[in-house]
Parts: sequence; structure tokens; C-alpha cells
Amino acid sequence: MDKQDVGNEGGEEKKPFSIWDLPDVPMGKLPPHLELQRTRVVCNPDAPIHTENIMYSGAYASMGVDNSLRLDHFRDNFRVEVKRLNKEDMEFDMIGIDAAIANAFRRILIAELPTMAIEKVLIANNTSVIQDEVLAHRLGLIPLNVDARLFEYLSANDQPNEKNTIVFKLHVRCKRGDPRMTVYSKELKWLPKGSEFIQESDNPNAKPVTYTSFSSSQDSMPEFSNNPISPTEDNIIIAKLGPGQEIELEAHAVKGIGKTHAKWSPVATAWYRMLPEVVLLEDIEDGDAKELKKICPVNVFDIEDFGNGKKKATVARPRQCTLCRECIREAKWEKHVALRRVKDHFIFTIESTGALPPEMLFTEAVKILEDKCERVISELS
Amino acid sequence: MGVRQEEVPMDHAELNFIPGSIDKQKLAAPVKSAVDKFQLLPEFLKGRGLVKQHLDSYNYFVKTDIKKIVRANDRIVCKFDPSIFLRFKDVRIGRPSVSRDAVSDDLRPHTCRLSDLTYAAPILVNVEYVQGSHNQKILMEKNDVVIGKMPVMLRSCCCVLYGKDEAELARLGECPLDPGGYFVIKGTEKVVLIQEQLSKNRIILDKDKKGDINASVTSSTEATKSKTVISMDSKTMKMYLNLNQFTTKKIPIMAIMKAMGMESDQEVVQMIGRDPRFGALLLPSMEECASLGIHTQQQALEFLDKKVTPSAFTRSTSEKESRVSYILRSVFLANVPVQENNFRPKCIYVAVMLRRMMEVLLNKDAMDDKDYVGNKRLELSGQLISLLFEDLFKSMISDAETEMVRVLNKQSRSSRFDPSQFIVKDGITNGLERALSTGNWDVKRFRMHKKGVTQVLGRLSFIGTLGHMTRISPQFEKSRKVSGPRALQPSQWGMLCPCDTPEGESCGLIKNLALMTHVTTDEEDGPLISLCYCLGVEDLELLSGEELHSPNSFLVIFNGLILGKHRRPQHFATAMRKLRRAGKVGEFVSVFVNEKQCCVYIASDGGRVCRPLVIADKGVSRIKEYHMKELVDGVRTFEDFLREGLIEYLDVNEENNALIALYDAEATTETTHIEIEPFTILGVCAGLIPFPHHNQSPRNTYQCAMGKQAMGNIAYNELCRMDTLLYLLVYPQRPLLTTRTIELVGYDKLGAGQNATVAVMSYTGYDIEDAIVMNKSSLDRGFGRCIVMKKYSAIHQRHGNDTSEFIMRPTRDAENKLTDNRMRVLDEDGIAAPGEIIRPNDIYVNKRPSWQTFKGPEGEPSVVDRVSLFSDRNNNMCIKFIIRQTRRPEVGDKFSSRHGQKGVCGTIVQQEDFVFSERGICPDLIMNPHGFPSRMTVGKMIELLGGKAGVSSGRFHYGSAFGEPSGHADRVEAISETLVKCGFSYNGKDFLYSGITGTPLQSYVFMGPIYYQKLKHMVLDKMHARGSGPRVMLTRQPTEGRARNGGLRVGEMERDCLIAYGASMLIYERLMISSDPFEVQVCRGCGLLGYYNHKLKTGICSTCKSGDNISTMKLPYACKLLIQELQSMNIVPRLKLDEA
Repeated sequence: MDKQDVGNEGGEEKKPFSIWDLPDVPMGKLPPHLELQRTRVVCNPDAPIHTENIMYSGAYASMGVDNSLRLDHFRDNFRVEVKRLNKEDMEFDMIGIDAAIANAFRRILIAELPTMAIEKVLIANNTSVIQDEVLAHRLGLIPLNVDARLFEYLSANDQPNEKNTIVFKLHVRCKRGDPRMTVYSKELKWLPKGSEFIQESDNPNAKPVTYTSFSSSQDSMPEFSNNPISPTEDNIIIAKLGPGQEIELEAHAVKGIGKTHAKWSPVATAWYRMLPEVVLLEDIEDGDAKELKKICPVNVFDIEDFGNGKKKATVARPRQCTLCRECIREAKWEKHVALRRVKDHFIFTIESTGALPPEMLFTEAVKILEDKCERVISELS
Repeated sequence: MGVRQEEVPMDHAELNFIPGSIDKQKLAAPVKSAVDKFQLLPEFLKGRGLVKQHLDSYNYFVKTDIKKIVRANDRIVCKFDPSIFLRFKDVRIGRPSVSRDAVSDDLRPHTCRLSDLTYAAPILVNVEYVQGSHNQKILMEKNDVVIGKMPVMLRSCCCVLYGKDEAELARLGECPLDPGGYFVIKGTEKVVLIQEQLSKNRIILDKDKKGDINASVTSSTEATKSKTVISMDSKTMKMYLNLNQFTTKKIPIMAIMKAMGMESDQEVVQMIGRDPRFGALLLPSMEECASLGIHTQQQALEFLDKKVTPSAFTRSTSEKESRVSYILRSVFLANVPVQENNFRPKCIYVAVMLRRMMEVLLNKDAMDDKDYVGNKRLELSGQLISLLFEDLFKSMISDAETEMVRVLNKQSRSSRFDPSQFIVKDGITNGLERALSTGNWDVKRFRMHKKGVTQVLGRLSFIGTLGHMTRISPQFEKSRKVSGPRALQPSQWGMLCPCDTPEGESCGLIKNLALMTHVTTDEEDGPLISLCYCLGVEDLELLSGEELHSPNSFLVIFNGLILGKHRRPQHFATAMRKLRRAGKVGEFVSVFVNEKQCCVYIASDGGRVCRPLVIADKGVSRIKEYHMKELVDGVRTFEDFLREGLIEYLDVNEENNALIALYDAEATTETTHIEIEPFTILGVCAGLIPFPHHNQSPRNTYQCAMGKQAMGNIAYNELCRMDTLLYLLVYPQRPLLTTRTIELVGYDKLGAGQNATVAVMSYTGYDIEDAIVMNKSSLDRGFGRCIVMKKYSAIHQRHGNDTSEFIMRPTRDAENKLTDNRMRVLDEDGIAAPGEIIRPNDIYVNKRPSWQTFKGPEGEPSVVDRVSLFSDRNNNMCIKFIIRQTRRPEVGDKFSSRHGQKGVCGTIVQQEDFVFSERGICPDLIMNPHGFPSRMTVGKMIELLGGKAGVSSGRFHYGSAFGEPSGHADRVEAISETLVKCGFSYNGKDFLYSGITGTPLQSYVFMGPIYYQKLKHMVLDKMHARGSGPRVMLTRQPTEGRARNGGLRVGEMERDCLIAYGASMLIYERLMISSDPFEVQVCRGCGLLGYYNHKLKTGICSTCKSGDNISTMKLPYACKLLIQELQSMNIVPRLKLDEA
């Protein structure tokens, strides 16, 4: 305050500075710098600042701003805009939501959404170079085109049945004299009636028992009657066989979640990024504008003609910014360009492995979060 | 020039665009003004492989040396009747074979490995001999007589793999990338390490412990080995000879000179040189000689005769020659030949030695450096085996001779006398096999007792194998605490790798060859000597002593032998070099003009290290663009470059006459040679490191040691081999940031690591002290997964008395149920079946009377991988089991990058908790940034940048050592440009979001792929804890060590802590209750131990014969043992008991 005092003296001598002369802080509205801190991550060349979210409801109480999360407010402002959607991946914007909740969706997608994956492999014969465990591990990672919601979890003391197990058969052989062959995932054949392998028993007179006890065939289920279960991709390489080598096995897929093993994760990955906001703090004209446009490797800036021969740089495609920070790398640009991230705008991307379409995955994730909330509520009450 | 230099790397960056190493397109592109000589390297290595030294040496032995040895000792003559003899006419090595039940079978190396055989070939000789005796003698001839079996070096000219292409090698079960150069002895692969030695037959000036100046010559001829030392007493300035054969250490040198016929002192002075200073220095020695009354040759000989050690002299030479003259002739400076009693060359040799000593006295710089690489010779497998073979061959001959005498002495002989039957082949076969398998080289003739010459070839990783083949074992023992031999010598440049040496006691002593080093083999010296005379060397015989050291004339010394002198040394040297470049003289002959010593040294002996260099005329490289183009087109080979005099080999001495420029652009008019590629100064192991020239040097050394412990692929035939221990990586990868060396040695085909996306940040706190945080999903998907294979073997033993062990099928009861559940892995033949899951304590061979059970680690199950049956040399059936276990990384497993940065896995974190970038990239592991400042491994950071640019642009980036100017390493600027083009920050730092809170991190994080190696140290093999368990029988204390399920010792220091803390009961518990408590009966009367009588139920003292004063107390069993042991040696420890 002292410093400012001295500074003011130079200009107006008559009126000594007094803190009382300052305009009132408007109640119910944050001053711009605090508003910036609250809503934006500022990506300085050295490090990003204001990355944290201010969660405390009374954080700005002194300024009469209520920082609490209000449902109606959320309901009014929350928006989802789907930008891209196809079978495998989707990109959508989630606007007006907290990072914690967006992150919760991401975490659920990766780790808690159940899918079916091969868990048990019964190897009858494997003369290939690839070891049994490695082969089993590879099979486990193959995504299966099946909706896990139709199945139940197989718990430790459960019998595998048609409700909780999908059985595949793989029997490939490379004949002697043939060239080397590659085994692809399409060679995994679904056995809707369950396992065909007879369990070894000590009693030769006992009725043969297979490794599963299916009471009905899975292809009689309406969902699979004309949509047989198979790996989502046909051309995943499982193994390579030399002449005379053979693989014969049965793979049992069960339901699980990504937390236990990444093979049950329904997404290749799911992530979000905050909406980039590129702000030109001052007008950038002519040569500088050209330079700025050229500097950006992802073409964020454009040059607009403002008539009278003036050309100004504009931020045309801020969404494309990858935060390479080329535009603020040199000290001279630092004052002109500001890179920011909008804290409540998430560009969410889901890359599905193919079991479920990505939009379905997201709704499922929402359901799981709902369940969790309900559980918390019921536990609390 | 500066501008041009700038251009070169840029062009390379573009040219390299196609992934894959040596693509034709890049090579076909116009070569820039500075000729890219890199292509010479693959060509060079293609022609010779990585272990050419070993192969050359062995081939030389097999082709030349063995013939020389046999020719030198070609007769077995009967001592009584010289007309009865056997003569070896020719010797050769046949095809590798094995004879079983008198049938000879061809051998493949892989068969030997699998069935524990020795890969050896018969030594075939053609002999002619006299049959019969006395009156009827017939000269007989026999061809292809086997005198023994020679172990064959793989890929040598005798090996079945010689000259085979990849497909043929595969058919033979061999890995095409395997370098060969080792032996297979009884199924184990053995390398004969390169032995470092001081050069033979050279004058070496040195100081001894007292500070006296020494001139020593280690003479080595076919017949003898001796060491001659002339030393100068620093106080009296007198010079003495020191030779083992004399009793006193100090024989006045002038007495020796006189004994050799140099009676005139003046002549000696003339020979040494007319410089008055030399004369003055010689004076004390002359005076001493005169004071001893030695003036004539006869007096000198008589004087010396008294000094000869009686026992050291074996009197086998002619009687008339006195002992002294024998010593002077063939022990003293044995390398200088004496023809027809002409001692003059020896006198001159001594004079030269004396002159050098005086020069050293006058000028300290003239001292030789023992650590100088030019003064060293590398002894390779061929030479070592030749020594051994010669010894064995000679002893076979002498054995045959004594046997011949024995048979001839017999009164009545039934069969006809046939000398050829005395050739016994077992001696040579067994001798060679024993030496190679134990590594003990005992050659009595040369008093040679070396241990650890051979080692089992390390097959833990491919790079380890290669590194093992280039290893040089030191001449000194490790215990010596001197820094000199350990220090990096400037003369090692380009010859020995500056990085690759172990840490610890043998640091700097064990060295490794650089990438392009060649080790010479012996060359025929006769033609070379006559060539020297033709080129104007004045013969020593024709020179007076005076002329010897006349100014402006240089002595010509050939392999340590003074040939004569030359008036125009430079002219002579140039002429020799021209002849060499023209291919008229062997390419490895070195010509070295030593201006200081006024000598021209010509060397053609074996064991010198040399390397190829491009010849430059007045600083202009002889290699032009069209040469390289022809090379690329395949019209020209490396040999053509040599033959046409574009490239030549220089040894360390000759390098001193050359001015070698690193790059074409740096050459000046004085430059005589240009390096081919600077990264070849590094060896194989150091060649894996990307950007090693940006690292602190010890880090590169650490990586050299760690690269050998990394898991990966070891060979293409790894799954067909039966190694005792094998670590494999399930999904090995090729490094994203490669070097030229990696491509040259084939590390890109047999990698040992994976490209992990690394974020350099602190996370969870479980990453302090070099620990790394790993992503669980990455591990789920196969990162760092490894297979450990272990060999178990069983022999189906047959005993002498027609009994044998037998293998039983698993026993089953009436219901066909196994009686013993431990037999579940057994097949019907009683041997474990491949593919079965085996658990600890399962029986894998149901052999009776004793079955063998599996003692593997608990935890993840093990699987029987392979079972192989073969019969060993005693025709017993042997069974080898390979049991495999697949392991995923767990907390505590060791990982390392290629920059000597090792660390253990600190914690494993779920992927959803991990950080992720704007593009959704989630790192595989997190490394703590504190690893950087103190380690200064800038190379690792550049590797990260380069790897990141590599994955985003789809091209492998390069990081060869010193490769930036020649385009074999990408510049950071170029890498940054690529990063920016791909939308990353130029500095490699990404904007990350926390996976836990979902908010961005408060700093940008350095993130990108780094090649990580999984090292063989895994917790599963090391973790150990015990409650109660086995005890040692003697002391009843818990056993020691993990293997014996031992206890964890509370040691002295721990005990001290507990004492200081006052936790007496804890000490009591740890040291007694939990260890070896014992109850004893102590007699309060005599203080001795009694015993407890169970009948009377009282303690009784056997000394006092009463049970009255007995107390029962507890003490450690070890204490009771001590008391009894003391008693047994007549010391009576008595216990005094007090009431507590």
C-alpha cells in the first residue's frame, strides 16, 4: 500500500491516497483476478498455476459469493455436447461439472465397468513355441464382443454355468510341410453349450463331467441367437505355428472389472482434457501476427483482415491447442498470449475396446456412480 | 567449412526417415563432401564377426602353429637303436566327430551342448615308421592316425558352422547371431579369456622398488623362456645383471661382457656411444670389474662359474661346454640367437640396453611405461592352446620313447615290434579337455601355472555373451593396490573400451576390446628380415661398435631383435609402409620410427592390438565418394579397401607416427590418417548406450556391467538350449533410440528390455531412493513379464555289480488313484511330463531307491517345460528337465535404464490413479527426478526426447556416441523440432492431469519413452524369512543362509544396540531362547557340568560322584560345547554359581 501511495503522489498531489476512496468490492461477484483463478488454469511457460479447484463453499463468503455446489444451478448449466461418435470411440464435451466428478467417470470407465474376458484356459495340447502361460495371457487380453450386463460374476465357489461363463475353443494345427501359419483371434470358436473337455476322474465308471455345467445352450438366449459371441477384432495375432505344431485349448471367459486386471477394462483408455482457451492479451498485428500463426504447429491462430490494411491475429481454433507452449516459448510473446484451460469444461474421450459402444459405456459409468452414491446415502442413513 | 558441417546432420535426419537400419535408399543417396565412412563398419564386421580375434588365433593355430609344433618334434626315436623311429609327416584336424561304440559320428555343436559332449575333432597325422627290429626292418607308412582330439572353437575353420549361411545355421540348431569363438567342453560353453601380458623379447626400462633403474627383457623362444634384468645401483652407479641362474643377484655387467668376448673396455664404450657422459657412467662398472681382477674372457668365465646355481642347471647339453657358456648362450637374453659361438649380437644387445639405461638416467622421459598398450601383448586362445598342445605332444613323445625302451627290453616278445602302437591318444585328449574345462593351464616346461584361463560363457543375455568374448583378463593379480595399471591409458584410444570395466577390486584391470580392434597373429619373419636388408639396412655383423650409434642413423629392430642400422630411417619406414599398403607385406606388420631412441621398430609378432584407419594424403582422405558407392553396391568389399591401400591397420606403436584426424573436415596437411567412425572407440557393451558422450563417465561403466544382467532374448535357439538358468523376457522390444553399434551387433534383433513411457516426477512417495512406481495396467498387459527357466537333471545310475537304479511308473491303488499326490506330474514312464504344473515337493523323477523332488519357489506355479533324455559318456541315461516359471514384476524387482540408473519397483499403482496427459497417454512407470542432478545422466534425458520424437514421427532415432557431427546421432535441436511439429513442447514436458483428483498437476512433467531393462535380481529369488527351522547339528544353532532356510542373525552391532537400549530380556530371548537353549546340571562344588540321571531323577556330578550340590541352569548349547571343548584340551572352566 505504501508503494502505491508514493506512486500516486507523483500524479495527483492534492489528494493523498486513502483506502476508503477505493471503489467498493461488488458484492455477489468476484473480482476478475479471483474469477480467473477460480475458473481457469493458467498455463505459464514455466508451470501451470491455479490448477486446484476451490471446493469450499465459503471460500468467497467475504465477498458475498456463494461457492457451494447447488443442484439447480448445476442442472441449469450442465451440458453435454457430443463431438464425435462412432463404434469405437467418442469425444464429447462435458460442460459445467467439477473435475472430481469428471474424473470419477474416467476412473469408473477404466476400472469398474465390468466386461467379459478370458480368465481360465484349459490347454489340451500346445506344441507351439509360445508358452502356455504366455498364450493364456495373450488370450486374456483379447476383447470379446459381448455385453457383460447379461452375465453374472463367477465367485470362487460357483460352478461355471451359462450365466457366468463363455467358453471358446481354439484348435489349430499347422500341417507338416505347410509354411508357418499365424493363429488369429477369429479362430476362437464360441461353444454355446459349454466346455467339451471331460474332467479327469478317478472313477472310470462315473458319468463324464465337463468343466462347465451349462443347463441350457447360450445361443438359445435371445441376445445371442443371431449374434454369436466372438472377439471384437478378427485379426489379433494369438500365436504363430511352425509345421507340425498344434494348439488345442478351451478358453473360459468370465465377468470382471478393470481393477482386478486390465483385460476387463472396457476401454482402451478414457480421458479428458480441459477446454483450451487461448487469449490474446494485446492486439497482434501484421508481421507479428504472421509469425504467431506460423509458430503454432497445430494451427490455432488465424489472421483476419480488419480493413484499412490492418491485419490482426485471432484465435480461430483454440480447441486444437495441445499445449506445446511454442507460442509463449519466447519471452516477447509471453505478454501477448495467454494459454488457459477452462476448469469446468471437459473434452472427454472414450476409446472402447469394442464390447460395448462408447456412449453405452458412459451411461453405464453414470449408473455405477449413481449406485455408489446410493450406497453412500443408504450407509449414512 | 562451418556451414558445410551444419548441413550434414540435417541431411541425415531426412535420409534416415525410413525405419530400419541399413536401408538401401539412404545409402544410395548422394554422399556429402565429407565421405560417410560408416558403411565400412558393417562390411568390416560382416567379414570378421565380432570375435575375429579368437577365431583368427585359433585358425592360425590349427592351420600353421600345430604343423610347426609337430615339425619341430617330429620323431619318436628309440634310445637304444636310433634306426627304430617313428616320424610324423603331416598333421591336420579332421571333422568334429564323436565315437560311440566304435562308430564315429559327425558332431554338431548343439548336440554337444544338449548331451554334455565335448565338441572336438580328431588330430590326424600321417606317420612313417620302422617296423620290426634287429635284422628285419621295414619302413611303413600310415595315414590318418588319430593322436588325440582337439576341442574345436565354434565358427573356426574346423567347425561345421564355418561359412554357413543363416538358413544352414538354423538347420544345425545354431543361432545366426551367435558369434562363436568359444568351445563346448562336456556340454558347457567355455571361453578362453584374452590374457594380457607384457610384450616378450622387448627391452623395457623401469624402476624397481628401490628406485634403481632396470632394463628387463622377457625372452621367449620355442625352447626356453627367461627373464634378464640389468639394473643400475642408484648410489654407486654400478650396473649389474640379475638372472635366475646365478646365485647372487648382482653379477657385474662388465664381467658378462668380458665373458662374451668383449675384453676391451674401449670397445664396450664405443658400442655404447662416444658421448663422454656415457663413458663416465660406465666407469664405476669397469672399475669394479677390474677390482675383481677380471680382465680376460677366461677370468670372467671362471668368475661366473662360481656364481652359477648348481641345481638350476640341468646337465643335458654337451659336457664339454661349461655351464656358464651354456647360460650365456641360451638363457641370458635367449631371444638373441647365437650362431657358431658368435656372441657379438648379444654384446650389441647388452650395449643397447646399457645405453638405454644411461639415457634414462640422463633424461627421465626415456623411461618405458608398463601400462602403455604398445608394450602389451594379448594372448588368445590359439596361443594358449598351442602352448598346452606342445607340452602334451612332447610328453606323448617321451612317453612313447620310454614305452618303446620298455618293450624292447623285454626278453621275449610275442608280436612284431610296431612303434605306431605307442601313440596313445588319451593324453592329449584328456589334457586339452581338462585344461579347457577347469581353466588351469599347467605347462611344466615353461613353469606356467595359470588359473581361471577359461570361464563358462555367460548366457544370461546376448550382450553379456558378446561382452564375455571381448573381455581381457589382467596380468597382475587383483590384490595389488596400485593405481597405474587401473588408470585409463591414452594409448587405449580406439583399442580398448574406456567404459567397459567392472567396479570393485578388478576395476580397470579387466578390460574389453573396442569395436574395431584386431589382435594380430604371428607372421613369418624370415621374408621380412630379408626385405629389411634389401631396403638398405646395414647388417650388424658388418658394423663396428663405433658405427652403431653414429648420429643420423637409426637402429632397425625387428620383433625385438637388432637387425642393423639404417641411414635414412624415414625413407626406410615409408618404403616399408608402401609395401604394406600395396599388400606385399602382411597388413598387420607395423613400422614405428622412434625418434627419441633413434630406432625403427618393425613388429610382426602376434598379440598386438591394432585397428583400421583411413589413409590420408596431406590431409585428404583416400576414400572418395565413389568408393563408398561401390561398397554399397556390393562391388567392393572391406578387403578391397585394404588391398588398394585406402585403409590400413595401425598398431599402438605406429599410431605414434601418425596424425589422426577425427573427421575429414578437421584434417590438416600434416594429417596422415582419418578415423573411420569415432563411436568405434567403445566396445560392444558401451555401444548400447544412447548418447554416452552426454553422460558422466561412471554411469556408462555402470551400464556396461548392468547390460549383462538384463533379461531378454539370448539367442534365436534359446528355447532349444538346456541352460542351467535362463531368464527370458516375454515381450522384448527393440530400443526406440538406437545406436549404430546396436544394429551392428544385432541387439535390435535380440533385445533385452522394453520401451517404457516414463514420467519424471515424484508420486506417492514410494519412489524415493531410485525406486520406481509402476502402472499396474502396464504390468497386466505384459510389461516386464519374464520367464525363468531352470535346469534339473537326473542320472539313471548303473552300478558296477550289474545293479542299477530304476525309474518306476507312478504307483496307483486299486481305484487307479495315485497313492502319493506328489506323483501327479509324472507320466507313465515315471518322468515328469512336459506342460504339467509342478509344485514344490512334487516328484519329477520316480527313481528308486531315491526319487527327486522339485524344490522351487512357492507362489506363481512352475511348469515342466521340456524333458530331454540322452546317454552320457558312461552310457548312463541322463534326464534333463527344464522347469519354467513366468513372473510378472512385483514390488522389489530391479529395473534399469541404459544409463546406469538402476532402481527397484517401489510400488504398483492402478492405472486410474496414474497421471495422464492431454492425449490420454498414461506412463508405464514414474521415476523420481532426484535421480538426475547427482548422476548427471544427460544422455537419458536426450534418450527420452529422442524416443518421444521417434514414436511420434515413426522413425527410429539414433544416439551413437559422438555421432552428432557425422549424423549417427540426432541433435537435440532437431529432436525438439520434431516434437514441436508433432504438437509436443520442445522440452519434452507435458501437461498432466492427476488421476486421483482429476485436476492438472502444478508443473509440466518430463515424459516420454525410455528403454528399460529388467535385471535378473528379483525378490522372489531373494526374499527370506523364518520362524523355526533347521539347526546346525554341532552347535544346535539355526542354520545360515537362505538356501538352508536359515535364521536371521542378531549380530554384534544389533546386540550392541539392544544393550544400549537396555532391552535385556530381548537379548536373552534372541541369543538363547530362540537360538540354542540347553539345560545343564552344574555342580556347585567343583563348578563342572554334571548329567541328569533319569533313573534317580536327579542331577549327578561325575567328578564329585554325588548329586548333592547340583543346580539346574539354562545356557546356550554353544557355551556348553565350548566348555567341553576346552576340557578336551586340558583347560578346566569352572562355573561359579550365585544365588539370583
